[in-house]
Amino acid sequence: MVNFLIGRLASLLVSLIAASVVIFVVIEVIPGDPASYMLGLNAQPDTVAALREQLGLDAPALQRYFAWIGGLVQGQFGISYTYRVPVAELISDRLWISLPLAVYALVLSTLIAFPVGIWAAARRNSPADITVMGATQLGIAVPNFWFAMLLVLAFSITLRWFSAGGFPGWQAGLFEGVKALTLPAIALALPQASILARVMRSSLLETLGEDYIRTARAKGLSRRQTLWRHAVRNALIPVLTIIGLQFSFLLAGAIIIENVFFLPGLGRLVFQGITQRDLIVVKSVVMLLVFAVIMVTFIVDIAYAIADPRLRRQR
Amino acid sequence: MIVEETPAVEPRAELGRAALRTRSLVAGAILTLVFIAAALISFVYTPYDVTVLAIPNRLMPPSPAHWFGTDHFGRDILSMIMVGARTSIAVAFIAVGIGIGLGVPLGLTAAANRRSLLDEAIMRGNDLIFAFPALLIAILITAVFGPGAVNAIVAIGIFNIPVFARVTRGAALSLWTREFVLSARVAGKGRVRISLEHILPNLTNLLIVQGTIQFSLGILAEAALSYVGLGAQPPTPSWGRMLADAQTMIGLAPHMALIPGMAIVVMVLGLNLMGDGLRDVFDPRIRRSRS
Repeated sequence: MVNFLIGRLASLLVSLIAASVVIFVVIEVIPGDPASYMLGLNAQPDTVAALREQLGLDAPALQRYFAWIGGLVQGQFGISYTYRVPVAELISDRLWISLPLAVYALVLSTLIAFPVGIWAAARRNSPADITVMGATQLGIAVPNFWFAMLLVLAFSITLRWFSAGGFPGWQAGLFEGVKALTLPAIALALPQASILARVMRSSLLETLGEDYIRTARAKGLSRRQTLWRHAVRNALIPVLTIIGLQFSFLLAGAIIIENVFFLPGLGRLVFQGITQRDLIVVKSVVMLLVFAVIMVTFIVDIAYAIADPRLRRQR
Repeated sequence: MIVEETPAVEPRAELGRAALRTRSLVAGAILTLVFIAAALISFVYTPYDVTVLAIPNRLMPPSPAHWFGTDHFGRDILSMIMVGARTSIAVAFIAVGIGIGLGVPLGLTAAANRRSLLDEAIMRGNDLIFAFPALLIAILITAVFGPGAVNAIVAIGIFNIPVFARVTRGAALSLWTREFVLSARVAGKGRVRISLEHILPNLTNLLIVQGTIQFSLGILAEAALSYVGLGAQPPTPSWGRMLADAQTMIGLAPHMALIPGMAIVVMVLGLNLMGDGLRDVFDPRIRRSRS
């Protein structure tokens, strides 16, 4: 286990470094001169020069890369060019919307998908199973941002149960905050729940065909007992991986859904960053999201190895 | 895979499912073809010109004159959907092409040099790309080059590369252990020739199925990117942009949001059904074990 952990940690580090190099090269090296890019075509040469100096662009690329990484490690992302405040501040405010939204959606998606997938697998090929599979097929095809618009139409405009957008802030109370995130989280969760339910179902069907299930039945366990004690537990392992993968989709999806509900999260920040050519903001947000994706993959790998000791040796 | 161990399904139930699967292939193919046809027809004919604004006709609900109604500029939504289909299909199709064009050779190379440094490098590179969801690639590209349909193609295309590389490598690895490959090696063929002459032809079915799935994901991704303004720019009609325009009008003219959304759902559903159906036709073993 120790060797396995060291190996995974090393590859985690390599992935993080590689990802940061890619982001750095795309944002700072490819545009040629980021300062004149950020200021646009009509900028005065001395303004460009001032910005170059402020951003430290006169240093060689390698030195700038290490300065950036050194800052990141200490939680310093740099100063936003448009907002004139540290990017770390901008991000931490908005992270408290995007992250809870993604987690909320992940919880919802799991809560929907597990029972549905298990229920369908236990009734394999019955009309109920076929209906569920049809519904999930539809759920996968629905773009989450469109579903979000339908939710707004139904629950905000027609029924007036929820506000159509905006965020009161967590200082308004937990309930108000959660309420504002509910429609966005449902919109994000539904397509993911459809995928997860299908994975849960097929994984469970696979375990239900195993010999140990037959043994469990032969020793006198009822169908229900076999399902819950043996099949579901073993079927969960591949499902865990998908949940891990989904988190990255949910984070990316959250960025899009924030647009529908006018939530001031990371998505709004990064899209404003793009229109205002604030490359420091864009670079930092993308790095943060990639970091989250890589960390989640790492955690899933470890969880996997704890759940199934055979995997520790295989790698 | 649990092919042998699968408890025997009742023959009638199995036949019923097989028929259903083939039906899903037919239904999926018809839905997909309708959209491809609509996109192609839009080059020579659309009911109305999508570049002409007709403000007096704005926000009209569906009617015999405008089957799907009109938008906030009075443009005919049916015509917009037809022209928008072009953007969606072209972006997703080229992105699949990029994925296959780069991913398959990488996967073949990795499999042919199994456990070598090259294999390791290719697979770690894949992992790296996997850490960047298509949206983040699009954000990076747009931040530097400005928005446009080409960005969407590149972003979704890059996202497709590791998918095809992994699928190809996985399937190729099992083919490398087969007897016909062994006899080709005995005959003195090199790795490249074996990969091209013996491995690749056996992967075609798999790649068609994966291609269909990535195509449908590409349609969804393109819609999302153009919705947030990272994809096709006005005046090029695209389904995602139509939805972005519809958002502020949703209380006033819900049809503006409903119709492009349904177009996306039906197209994606068609492609997914087709992919499922193709998988079963190509690999009857899966039909038995999957369920």
